[in-house]
Amino acid sequence: MSTDQNQAAADARPIIDIVGLNKWFGPFHVLRDINLSVAPQERIVICGPSGSGKSTLIRCINRLEEHQEGKIVVDGTELTHDLKNIDAIRREVGMVFQQFNLFPHLTVLENCTLGPIWVRKTPKDEAEKIAMELLERVKIPEQADKYPGQLSGGQQQRVAIARSLCMKPNIMLFDEPTSALDPEMIKEVLDVMVDLAQTGMTMLVVTHEMGFASQVADRVIFMDAGQIVEQNTPDEFFNNPQSDRTKLFLSQILSH
Amino acid sequence: MAVTGAPAGFELRRIWSDERARSALFQILVVLGLALLVAFFVANTIANLQARGLEPGFGFFGDQAFFDINQKLIDYSSQSTFGRALVVGLLNTLLVSALGIIAATVIGFLAGILRLSNNWLVGRLIGVYVEFTRNVPVLLQIIFWWSILTGLPKVADSVSLGGALFLNNRGVRMPAPILENGFGWVAIFFVLGIVAALIVGRWAHRRHMATGQPFPMLWVGLGLVIVPTLIVYFALGQPLDWDVPERTRFNFRGGFNVTPELVALWWALSTYTGAFISEIVRAGILSVSKGQSEAAHALGLRPGLTMRKIIIPQALRVIIPPLTSQYLNLTKNSSLAIAIGYQDFVSIGNTVLNQSGQAIEVVAIWMVVYLSLSLGTSAFMNWYNSHIALVER
Amino acid sequence: MTSQPFFRQQSELLPERAPPAATTGVIGWMRANLFSGWLSTILTLAGLYILWLIIPGLLDWAFFDADFQGDDRFACTSSGACWAWFDQRIDQFLYGFYPSEQTWRVDIALLLLVPALAPVLFDKMPGAKRLRWFSLAYPVVATFLLIGGFGLEEVPTNKFGGFMLNVTVGLAGIVLSLPVGIVLALGRRSRMPIVRALSVAFIEVFRGVPLITLLFVAAILLPIFLPPSFSLDLVIRVIVVVTAFASAYMAEVIRGGLQAVPRGQYEAAAALGLGYWKMMGLIVLPQALKISIPGIVNTFIGLFKDTTLVIVIGLFDVLNIGRTMVSNPDWLGLAVETQVFISLFFFIVCFSMSRYSVHLERRLDTTKR
Repeated sequence: MSTDQNQAAADARPIIDIVGLNKWFGPFHVLRDINLSVAPQERIVICGPSGSGKSTLIRCINRLEEHQEGKIVVDGTELTHDLKNIDAIRREVGMVFQQFNLFPHLTVLENCTLGPIWVRKTPKDEAEKIAMELLERVKIPEQADKYPGQLSGGQQQRVAIARSLCMKPNIMLFDEPTSALDPEMIKEVLDVMVDLAQTGMTMLVVTHEMGFASQVADRVIFMDAGQIVEQNTPDEFFNNPQSDRTKLFLSQILSH
Repeated sequence: MAVTGAPAGFELRRIWSDERARSALFQILVVLGLALLVAFFVANTIANLQARGLEPGFGFFGDQAFFDINQKLIDYSSQSTFGRALVVGLLNTLLVSALGIIAATVIGFLAGILRLSNNWLVGRLIGVYVEFTRNVPVLLQIIFWWSILTGLPKVADSVSLGGALFLNNRGVRMPAPILENGFGWVAIFFVLGIVAALIVGRWAHRRHMATGQPFPMLWVGLGLVIVPTLIVYFALGQPLDWDVPERTRFNFRGGFNVTPELVALWWALSTYTGAFISEIVRAGILSVSKGQSEAAHALGLRPGLTMRKIIIPQALRVIIPPLTSQYLNLTKNSSLAIAIGYQDFVSIGNTVLNQSGQAIEVVAIWMVVYLSLSLGTSAFMNWYNSHIALVER
Repeated sequence: MTSQPFFRQQSELLPERAPPAATTGVIGWMRANLFSGWLSTILTLAGLYILWLIIPGLLDWAFFDADFQGDDRFACTSSGACWAWFDQRIDQFLYGFYPSEQTWRVDIALLLLVPALAPVLFDKMPGAKRLRWFSLAYPVVATFLLIGGFGLEEVPTNKFGGFMLNVTVGLAGIVLSLPVGIVLALGRRSRMPIVRALSVAFIEVFRGVPLITLLFVAAILLPIFLPPSFSLDLVIRVIVVVTAFASAYMAEVIRGGLQAVPRGQYEAAAALGLGYWKMMGLIVLPQALKISIPGIVNTFIGLFKDTTLVIVIGLFDVLNIGRTMVSNPDWLGLAVETQVFISLFFFIVCFSMSRYSVHLERRLDTTKR
């Protein structure tokens, strides 16, 4: 094949490829036959009722949960029990948690430089420079020497986003990033995420914020009972849902 | 509103309903009552002491003791004074407490961490150990281990471990180290090795921060301490010999003996306190929320690094205050030595008390010493808590 | 395709399936909990080895090879434990030197403990309110039963011994230390500096010294501090000292309870115009005590274990009974058997109490949310 065709083939190769994923918690079948491929720079929003398995799905991608059946390939590396593969994947995938999970005994700056120094072997000065740049991007550079306990929820979540970005990941996973925030702080975090989407980051976002989905997503996936029930572009998804399950869900959440 | 003809100035009723006046009055009454009580006790005491012909005061510390002590860390004979006897006792208390604290910490941390592993069998076994030791009185455990150790065969039939350690009903006989010429150099190089390891550690950390390159400090550090020490040791002809106990007809020659009282007390205190410590360690590690290790793993930190940098610093904050309480409890529990004849501070104090009749002074000394230890520990804990507290809004 | 628009109707949803065989059932459980890695496997094997070393030997010694009958130790000829003394001596272990015709009084006192404690520990049970009056009267009833007077033969306290002595001292200590502990806890939070200083001093002193030194105070110093005509029983003196010791620990437990009562309760009571004592008695203390019950039970467990220390001042609690029994030539050398028996007793009592306390903590936690 010519290099142009190589290039095209590489471009077409999904950055995340999930085939036949099945997961059980004990006897409970929580992920059923998931097939999903994510293109580079694609922004995907995953929604669904609680207990549908959406958090479990993205947690399988960076091995915070183990799957029993199926194949997950992230950026060319397959996710198996091999620790080297898991480490490699975790370096390329960043995650933002609902509960922020900042390290309370370290300053904001130390939270951000921990990963680069100890995992990517970045010298401290450079790590701090990168951290300050990212803290500026999330608009809280002046908090660098404070401790997480001194920040508001919205500020903490923005630090959490900056912390993940310091590792220069190719993929960012968001697990209900605004669900634990007071309403007036949701916007500042969503603004950061919109900004991030516009830089071309591959993002998988589990959220209930449908406004964000319409604005930024390339694809909306609706999950229920452990499986993908419907997926489409935001336009089609919200205006023209096909499955009766989707219609029921949308009527419940869009009614207020 | 009608104007009452209340006289200006002092009204008795006002004192009763004025909060400040009432509390001041109350406190004065309390102080007076206490003073009366103390006066009552002091009067009785003086009368009783006079009736027994005793003079209060600590002068008797200089009197001759006339009793012997079988385990002593400093020189002492039956011609030494009461005061010196008490010092010997205090040293014995500190000895068993220090040894106990070290062993209890090792046992407690091991048991606590093992119980957290996902191995069901180990978790259950340790659970049985913890529940059993915590629910049986420590005095009973001390006497139990002492019965076992004094129930060992007599000296002539000692149980031998490897031909060098001998267990019998008089204690544990161990080889004593004989430091020959040149051992001083080995010791010097050992200390130098530690200093060098510390210096290299500082340099390695600075280098890591500057260039991002990690350094295998654990191995290098161990090497720096062990290798030169070993080289010097062998080069100087192994200047460390062992006085291995040899059997004579009725006893042993050489080596040194650790009394069964010390071993029993130390072992009982260590296993008892270790059980409490294991629960403290377990609770401390569990108190760190799961999200912390998830966030660390999501960043790519390996489990070892996650433990070191994220879990343990947070767990220690929760572990150290109750841990120091347990150390204090162990020290106080060592006073039970009197029940098996280990001559600790309380036991010797009891002898002094019986011989001299100066009960008040001896009990006062006991209280002062133990209180100092308690208050010192509290002060440390308060300082630690304020020093290490997580900064919050 | 996995990135193309896609949908499933409700009726097309995939059903649940059973998990792969190797991950469930007994095999799955063993793989996860016993053999999940090489370290775990080694630990499991080591654990099994330890069990194999200890359990058969222990069972043989305690039951299969043991002797249960006989008049003295020479009747025990086997290699196992000698339980022959149990028959003869069990009464002494239970009642000490209490006259044997009167031991029924101890039994009744113990039996009455159940209806006295139940309404305090299980406050939801039917009739709890009325029974609580009995709980208040119980100390008087029990004292009367044990010591005598008014028609019952008087039994001097120096005849108290065995388990009965441990339980009596322990219970008396805890029951008496409750009011003293409450006063101390309130005193420690007081705004009056003298009261606060005295409370703190009391608590720190009694928590900072070993119980043994306090027992020496009871045995040797109290007679010096009191006029010679006023001689108190040794057991009473021990109870006084044990009460002081327990109240210091109790005060700290109750202080925790007082802090756990939400600030709003104090404020609401003050807003209603309740004075200090009414606020404490009606609103704060009932809640604080309920929250503190696990801590109080734990303090009792500790105190109960500590009652064995009276051996040091010559009282004949159960531990001392055991010790004197084995110095009797009839039963020489049976120290281990008596210790095992006494350990079992303490273990059963203390373990049940700690299980109750854990159960209670869990119950209180969920009701708080």
